[in-house]
Amino acid sequence: MLRHRLLSLFSWTYLIAMFGFILLPVAVLVLFSFQDGTLPIPPFNGFTLKWYAEVFADQKLMAALQNSLSVAFGSSLLACLLGFFAAYGLSRYRLPASALQRVLLMAPMTVSYLIIALGLLVVFNWSGIRLSLWTVGIGHVVINLPLCFAIIYASMGDHQKNTERAARDLGANGFQVLYLITAPMLMPSILAAFFLSLTFSWDEFIISFLLSRFDVTLPVEIWSLLRSGLNPKTNAIGSLVFLLSMILLLVLETLVFRRRSKP
Amino acid sequence: MTATVSLQKICKTFDQFNALTGISLDIDAGEFIVLLGPSGCGKSTLLSIIGGFLSATSGKVLVGGKDMTSVPPAARPTTTMFQDYALFPHMTLRDNVGFGLRMKGIRRKERARQADRFLDLVGLQSSARRKPHELSGGQRQRVALARALAVGPDILLLDEPLGALDLKLRREMQDELKAIQREVGTTFIHVTHDQEEAMAIADRIVVMNGGIIEDCGPPADIYMRPRSLFSAGFMGEVNFIAGKRIGNDNQHVVVETEFGRFSLPPSSFTDGVPAQGQALTLCLRPEQLRPSEGHTPRDSLCRARFVDGVFFGTHYRCHLKAEKYSSDTLVAHMPQSSTVGPGDTIDLMFDAADIIALPEQRQEQANAH
Repeated sequence: MLRHRLLSLFSWTYLIAMFGFILLPVAVLVLFSFQDGTLPIPPFNGFTLKWYAEVFADQKLMAALQNSLSVAFGSSLLACLLGFFAAYGLSRYRLPASALQRVLLMAPMTVSYLIIALGLLVVFNWSGIRLSLWTVGIGHVVINLPLCFAIIYASMGDHQKNTERAARDLGANGFQVLYLITAPMLMPSILAAFFLSLTFSWDEFIISFLLSRFDVTLPVEIWSLLRSGLNPKTNAIGSLVFLLSMILLLVLETLVFRRRSKP
Repeated sequence: MTATVSLQKICKTFDQFNALTGISLDIDAGEFIVLLGPSGCGKSTLLSIIGGFLSATSGKVLVGGKDMTSVPPAARPTTTMFQDYALFPHMTLRDNVGFGLRMKGIRRKERARQADRFLDLVGLQSSARRKPHELSGGQRQRVALARALAVGPDILLLDEPLGALDLKLRREMQDELKAIQREVGTTFIHVTHDQEEAMAIADRIVVMNGGIIEDCGPPADIYMRPRSLFSAGFMGEVNFIAGKRIGNDNQHVVVETEFGRFSLPPSSFTDGVPAQGQALTLCLRPEQLRPSEGHTPRDSLCRARFVDGVFFGTHYRCHLKAEKYSSDTLVAHMPQSSTVGPGDTIDLMFDAADIIALPEQRQEQANAH
C-alpha cells in the first residue's frame, strides 16, 4: 500500500517536473510581458498592457506579422497541393523507380534547415533571382513538402482505390475523381498536413533570415529587436507568437484529430 | 435499359499465369447470370474485363452487339457494384446515388428526384440525408445497388456483393436482389463462390474453375445434370464411384463398378456417351441414395453399415461404409423418420435413371490435348 502510494507520488512529481521544464520558460516569458518596468527580469513590479500597446503600434512588427502569415499560408497551401499530387501519383500509378522517387521526396526532411537555406541561396544567386518573401516561401515549401507528402501518402490505401474506381465507372473523369472523391476522402490528413506546415513555417527562422532581404517575417524581426537588448516588448511579441501557435494547434486538434477518431 | 453480352474467346494472362483461357459466353438481355467458382478461378477477372477495368490479352467483349473491347469503363453501358460497396464516405446517400447523374450533367433538383426514386426502390428513401457510416452493412449494400442502377446501365456487374454480410442477411438480400432485377429488367452478372446463393438468384449459372468454364446452365441442370466432375462436386455433396463402360443393353450403356454392373440410359451421359472400355465416374447425390424400405423402382447399390448420422431438419445426413467393398465412406440422406442406428446395415438403393456418369476429363479438353 505504502509502496503503491510512493510510486504514484513519484509519477506525479515526475509529470509535474516534466511539464514545468517544458512550460516554465513560456510562463515566465508571458508573465514578464506584463512587466511594469523596462527590464523583463525579476522582481515582477506590477501589471501593465503598455508593451502590448507598443507592439501593436510598431509598424515594422505589424508588417512582419502580416508577411509571416502570408508566407505561412501560401507556402503551406502549395506544399500540401504538391504533396497530395505526389502521393496520388506514387500510390495510384506504376512509376519508374518509385521507391527512389519516394526517398528523394522525403530527403529534405533529413537535411538541416541551415544547409537547405545555404543551398537555396546559392541557387538563387546563380540564377539571378532576387531575395524576397517569395524566396522565403519557396524555402518553406522545400522543408514542408516532404512532411505533407509523408502524411498524405500514409493515408492513401487500397480501399480508396476502389472508391475512385467506382466514381470513374459512374462517369467521372480523372480531374473529377481527384476533386470530388480523393481529396474529400483524404481531407483529415490534408488538413493535418496543412496545419502542421503552417506552424512550422510560422516559427521558422534560419531560412527566413537567409532568404529574405527588405521584407522580413516575424521571427527575423524579433531577432533584430533582440540585438538591441532585452525588453518586455520582445516578451509581448513572443507571447503573441505563442498564442497564435496555440490557436493553430487547437484548430488542428478539433478539426482534424477529433474528426479522425470518429468511426 | 438492358442489353445482351457476348464474350468471344477471352484470354487473360498475368505475367506467366493464365487467369482465363478461351472464355466464350452469350448472355441474353435481362438475364441474371451468376459466375460461380472457387477463389482464383478467374470469375472476378472476367467481371473486370466485362466492366473495362482490365483488358483481355485476346478475345472480344460485345455489349448489345457493339464491340467494347477497348472502351474505357465510364463509356461502357455497364456499372459495377463492388464487394466493399465503395460508397463515397463524405457524401449523403442522395448524393451518392445521384453521383452518376451529376457526372452526366443533370441538374441538382432532377438529380435529387431520381436519386430518391432509386433509394425508394431499395427501401432507404427516409435515410436520404444520412451518410454511409451511419448505415448497417445491408443498408450500405442497398445504397451501392441504387447508385449503380441510377445511371440506367444496360448491364450491372456485381462483384461478390453479398460476401460481407452474415448468412441470414445474405439470404434476405438474395431475394431482394432477384426482385429488383425483375423490376428493372437490367442484365445482371453476379460473381460469387457460394453455390446456394448462385442457385437462389441465377437464371443461369456459369461454373468456372482454373480459368475455364466448366459448366453452364439453369440451376437445376447444373445441380442435377452437371457436365463436369468439378461442377458436380462444387454444387453440392456427391459420392463419386469409379467405373468403366463394358457394353450395351438395348439403348442402355452397361457400366461396371466395384458395386456391380449398372445399366444407365444415354441421358446419364451429360458430357457424351463414352467409348467402349473408357473409364467413368458415377455421381450420386446423397439424397439419391435411400434405404430399401417401401420404395420400389430402385437399383441396389450395396449393403452398407451405418457409421454415424446427424439430423439436418429436412433429413438425416449419414455416413455409411459399404460392406465387402474397399470403397470410401458413402454419404446418404435418410428420411427424417429413419430409425437406423450405429452398427445397423441397410440396403442402399438408387435410381439408375437419375444419376450422372462423367469421364475423368472433359470431352472438349480431352480433344484439345
